[in-house]
Amino acid sequence: MTGIVVIGGGQAGAALVAKLREAGYSGRLTLICGERVPPYQRPPLSKAYLKGDMERERLFLRPESFYASQDIDLRLGDRVTEIDPAARLLKVGGATLAYSQLALTTGSVPRRLPALIGGSLRGVYVMRGLADIDAMAAEFVAGRRLLIVGGGYIGLEAAAVAASLGLEVTLVEAAPRILQRVAAPETSNYFRTLHKSYGVRLLEGTSLDRLLGSGTVKGAVLNDGRELETDFVLVGVGVSPATGLAERAGIAIDNGIWTDELGRTSDRAIWAAGDCASFPYKDMQIRLESVGHAIDHAECVAVNMLGAGLPYIAKPWFWSDQYDVKLQIAGLNSGYDRVVERSGKCISTSIWYYKGDQLLAVDAVNDPRAYMAAKRIIEAGQTVDPRLVQDPNTDLRDLLVTAAAPQTKASGF
Amino acid sequence: MSKITYIEYGGRQHVVDVTEGLTVMEGARDNSIPGIVADCGGACACSTCHVYVDPAWVDRLPAKEIMEEDMLDFAYKVDPVRSRLTCQIKVTEELDGLIVQIPEKQI
Ligand SMILES: Cc1cc2nc3c(=O)[nH]c(=O)nc-3n(C[C@H](O)[C@H](O)[C@H](O)COP(=O)(O)OP(=O)(O)OC[C@H]3O[C@@H](n4cnc5c(N)ncnc54)[C@H](O)[C@@H]3O)c2cc1C
Ligand code: FES
Repeated sequence: MTGIVVIGGGQAGAALVAKLREAGYSGRLTLICGERVPPYQRPPLSKAYLKGDMERERLFLRPESFYASQDIDLRLGDRVTEIDPAARLLKVGGATLAYSQLALTTGSVPRRLPALIGGSLRGVYVMRGLADIDAMAAEFVAGRRLLIVGGGYIGLEAAAVAASLGLEVTLVEAAPRILQRVAAPETSNYFRTLHKSYGVRLLEGTSLDRLLGSGTVKGAVLNDGRELETDFVLVGVGVSPATGLAERAGIAIDNGIWTDELGRTSDRAIWAAGDCASFPYKDMQIRLESVGHAIDHAECVAVNMLGAGLPYIAKPWFWSDQYDVKLQIAGLNSGYDRVVERSGKCISTSIWYYKGDQLLAVDAVNDPRAYMAAKRIIEAGQTVDPRLVQDPNTDLRDLLVTAAAPQTKASGF
Repeated sequence: MSKITYIEYGGRQHVVDVTEGLTVMEGARDNSIPGIVADCGGACACSTCHVYVDPAWVDRLPAKEIMEEDMLDFAYKVDPVRSRLTCQIKVTEELDGLIVQIPEKQI
C-alpha cells in the first residue's frame, strides 16, 4: 500500500487531508510541507499578525496533535523536488517516496522585482509566509519610511497596518487607480479616501523605475523622474501559481496547473487544488486566490480522489480588513458592464456588479448584510432588480424574496 | 483556563479547557471539535462558526457588536436570542462553565 501524498501544507493541503480522513480514507496519508511549521492561515499576515495584535500560535489551522491523531504523516520543512508520474514516485529531501494518488496544493509565489532594478537589495520584502513577516517585523517602527509597490489588497492592507503604527507610508500603483485589476472605480475611490485620511501618500498611475542603494535599499526613482528616500520596501505586485514541479513532470499547465471539473490534472493519478490550480468556471478556465476557494476546492478534490465524481462549483468570496473597515466580496465581477451603489448606514456602502440583468458580484464595505444577501442570491444563480438595490428603503431581507432567475440569460457566461 | 462544553448536533459532548484570551471558536479548533468550521479563521467574515448558546448563558456573555449581529442575520437557522459567532466571543474567567450547541450545519 503506497497511499495518498499531498504536496504543500497550506490552506488547501490541510483541508484536503482532513477531508480524506473525514470521508473514510484509512490508507497511508502524507502531507509534505515546504515550510517548517504546520499549516497556518495567511490572511492575518497582512493584518492582525503584522500589526502585532495576534500571537503566532493562533495562526495555526489545527493543533499539531490533530495530524498524529488522524494518522497523517506531517513532514515539515521538506520540499518535493521532482515527480515521476510514470513510476508514481517523487523525490523529497533526497529520499524517494511512492504514491498511489497525488494531490498538488503548492499555492503561489509572490512576484519579485528584478535584481536589475534593485529587487535583491536588503530591505526589500514580499509578503507570503510567516518567515517573510518575521523577517520584516523589526522594520515596522513608528517614524520609519515605507515604500509599498503595488496597490492591490495586500499592499493596501500593509499600508493600513503601517500607517496605524505610525510609519510614513508611500504607495505607488502603476495602473491609473488602486485595485484596478479587481474592483470598480467606486470601490477604489472609497479606499483611496480612506488611506489618504490616515496620511498614506498614494501615487496612482506611477510606477517604480528602480530602487537605489548599495547593499541596503535607500530610496527609489519613479517613472516621472521623482526620487524619494525610504527605509524599506514592500513589493505587492501579485503572485504566480506554483507550477514548476508540475511543469517539469509534464503535467498540463493553463494559467496554473490545469484541472478538470473534478480537480484532476492531465495525469489520472494526480490532482490539484487551491491557488496553484486552474479549473472550469462557467465558460472559462480560471484561478482563484482565496481562502474560501482553497478550502472548498480541496475538500471537493478529496472526495473525488475517493471516487465521488463531484464537479466543483466555485462560490467565490473574499474579504479584506483595512483600519476599522471590512470589505467583503461575494461572487466574481469579471465581465461586468455596470455597477450600482447602495449607501448604507454611516460609513457603509456596497457596490453591486451587473452584466445585463444578472448580478455577478458585490463589494460590501462595512455592510455584512449586503454581503450576506448578495452571496445568497448569487450562489442560488438568481438576480435582483438594480433599482431595488439602489433604493435605500429596500430591506435587504426582502431582496432574498424578490430574487429571481434572470429573464435574459447572460450569454457567453 | 475556563471549561467550555461544546455539544455537537446529535448530542455528543466535548468538555475542554480553553485558555483565557483565545476565542470560543479557537477553543473548538484547538481541540479538533467538529462542526465549528471557521473558514475565515475568526475575521467575522464567513459566519461558519455559529452556535446556539445555552439559554442560561445568553445574558452572561458580552453583547454582540453590530458586525456580528449583521452576519448572523443571514446565517443558517438563526435563533434571535441564542445564536452567536464563536470567533467574536473571547474566553475570560467569567465564561468558565459556558455551554454552546453546534448547529446541524453552518451554511
Ligand atoms: C498576506 C496574505 C493575505 C491574504 N489575505 C486573504 C484574505 O483576507 N482573504 C482570503 O480569502 N485570502 C487571502 N489570502 C490568500 C489566501 O491566503 C490563499 O489564497 C490561500 O492561502 C491559498 O491556499 P493554498 O493552500 O492553495 O496555498 P498556500 O497557502 O500558499 O500553501 C501552499 C504551500 O505549499 C508549499 N509548497 C509549495 N511547493 C512545495 C514543494 N515542492 N514541496 C513542499 N511544499 C511546497 C508552500 O511552501 C506553501 O506552504 C492572503 C494571502 C496572503 C499571502
Ligand atoms: S470564523 Fe468566520 S465568522 Fe467566525
